[in-house]
Amino acid sequence: MKHSANIEADAPSISRLRAIAGHRAVWPVVALALIFVVDGFISPGFFHIRIVEGRLFGNLIDILYRAAPTALVALGMAIVIGTKGIDLSVGSVIAIVGAVITWRIHAGDPHFAILLIALGVGLLCGLWNGFLVAILDIQPIIATLILMVSGRGIGLMINLLYGGTNPSFISPLLQGLSVGHIGLIPTRLILGVAIFCALWLLIRRTALGLFLESVGGNSAAADLTGINARLIKYAAYLICALCAAWAGVILAADTHTSDPVSVGLYIELDAILAVVIGGGSLAGGRIYLGMTVLGALIIQALTTSILTSGLPPEYNLVVKAVVVIIVLLLQSNNLRSALYATLARQPR
Amino acid sequence: MNEKYLPLLATIAVFIALFVIGGFLYNNFLSTLVLGDILADNAFIITAAIGTTFVILSGGIDLSIGSMIGFVGVVIANLDVVGWHPLVSAAMMLGFGLAFGALQGLIIDFCEIQPFIVTLAGLFLLRGSCFMINLDSVPIRHPFVASFAAASIPLPGGGFLASSAIVMLISLAVAIALAHFTRFGANVYAIGGDRTSAALMGVPMRRTTVAIYALGGFYSALGGVIYAFYTSSGYPLAGTGNELTAIASVVLGGTMLTGGIGMVAGTLFGGMIFGLIATLINFNGSLNGAWIMISGGILLFLFIVLQRSIVGSLRLGRTT
Repeated sequence: MKHSANIEADAPSISRLRAIAGHRAVWPVVALALIFVVDGFISPGFFHIRIVEGRLFGNLIDILYRAAPTALVALGMAIVIGTKGIDLSVGSVIAIVGAVITWRIHAGDPHFAILLIALGVGLLCGLWNGFLVAILDIQPIIATLILMVSGRGIGLMINLLYGGTNPSFISPLLQGLSVGHIGLIPTRLILGVAIFCALWLLIRRTALGLFLESVGGNSAAADLTGINARLIKYAAYLICALCAAWAGVILAADTHTSDPVSVGLYIELDAILAVVIGGGSLAGGRIYLGMTVLGALIIQALTTSILTSGLPPEYNLVVKAVVVIIVLLLQSNNLRSALYATLARQPR
Repeated sequence: MNEKYLPLLATIAVFIALFVIGGFLYNNFLSTLVLGDILADNAFIITAAIGTTFVILSGGIDLSIGSMIGFVGVVIANLDVVGWHPLVSAAMMLGFGLAFGALQGLIIDFCEIQPFIVTLAGLFLLRGSCFMINLDSVPIRHPFVASFAAASIPLPGGGFLASSAIVMLISLAVAIALAHFTRFGANVYAIGGDRTSAALMGVPMRRTTVAIYALGGFYSALGGVIYAFYTSSGYPLAGTGNELTAIASVVLGGTMLTGGIGMVAGTLFGGMIFGLIATLINFNGSLNGAWIMISGGILLFLFIVLQRSIVGSLRLGRTT
């Protein structure tokens, strides 16, 4: 040990600091906390929650409410990314699901059946993506690019099936699931939490999660240990498409219409960001469901904060980009150690 | 014959086949006029896609292309309003593209963050900057832009090679030279083929990565300049989604997204195939824009399956 005693006295606190800083949950939590602190200064009533017409209202509820579709998509994305894959087609799945829902409502199907059809359509999209990735062994980013490029076109074609002149619809069941509320709490939050719990149990309390992560860590090695890597990858894309389909139901019922060109635009990017902010690596092998939801909340909290702060909405994207870059840079080990090196040098 | 040319030949064959099919369907389709139009209309996206080809050849990806095209146009248009000569602002924006790309490359390499995420942040940053500057389309009134947009070389058969297409073809020639006749090009292929081996062989990883993304940024800025001059305006939503068209053009052009395999020249034909499809659908008149997206998806699928089978046969050839 060549270091002086002076430095050794500092060492435990620095290493503890480093251990805390290295924990995956720290930086996203710090980011969310910072956003809220800034909000508290800008608009004092930001955290105020009140009850209007028998349901909760307030910025915090609004963040949860609006983050729900992105968080759902991000959960599915986290699982796909855990297998070293990516699914760019989730926005298109949302567009197709919305178009199919509107089409079947115009055709007069019972609404409960339409809900099942919508999920079935999502499953079909997942089957297609899974087929390309797991069976044909096509690189995930390009395999799902196919549906991403053509999906919104398919949505537009479905709109034409009933003339496409008036794609708006009203459905008490679907809108109840999306914009309704049970007691004080919005229904989509209750369902979102239920889906999260179901996925968490599936990933953390069955062997599936272990299989998914091992396939993402090293597909060939997982195959050699007797895991059917193709089947596991297939399952990941099915789950992801189902999550996207549910987000599609929420968004279609929320907007009362089918708008394949713009519904869920860029949601795949937000979802991937949520996963990465939550500490997931695009290199696969890790699935953090809770952290992913945290990532989605950070993204939505940013958007909501910008809107409530009175900044023009045009600033939204830039602020989002800057915050994302900062969170990512803080997560980078290389940059952190460079920072520590300069910090440690300074006192002397 | 060398198997590495197969995807490129397939792309060219598809382009010719589509062109001939168009000729059978519609009078006057098989002409240099249509060909010149396709080249002129798609020059900006093909130029941007040429830069992306290097990024993809190295095994990376660049999502910031579309926003770069929009941002460059908006800045040039606004500088035109305050009296800058378009060529000066264009030169400045080319420098900006180079610097922005280099910064992305540096972050990717130094912070070890995936290119997808870094360039995604770049997408948000540039598009957001467009919105911050202004929300409406701003016309570029400088006479130079009008004369640039009107300039063209007549082709045999009544067609015209527009100035935007000429710029694109020159930048393509430069890119081909860079990719196939310089040490930098060899390094790009080496990194794309196998990062670890390339590093062990002494390829300067950081310098090459930074240069690759700088090149990508430069070419997308050039695409933005072409687009701004061609349309004589700067529109903050210009180029939305063009990053995907560019990536798809590169893939249709026979370049593998896994990196290391492909040719820059293929990107020209990949981009032209997309333009040809749009033209065919416009000629038809009764088909709507949805068909452009769907046929684009189908073509992508067919090409990827073709590539898979070619690569599969290459691998089989090696093991036996």
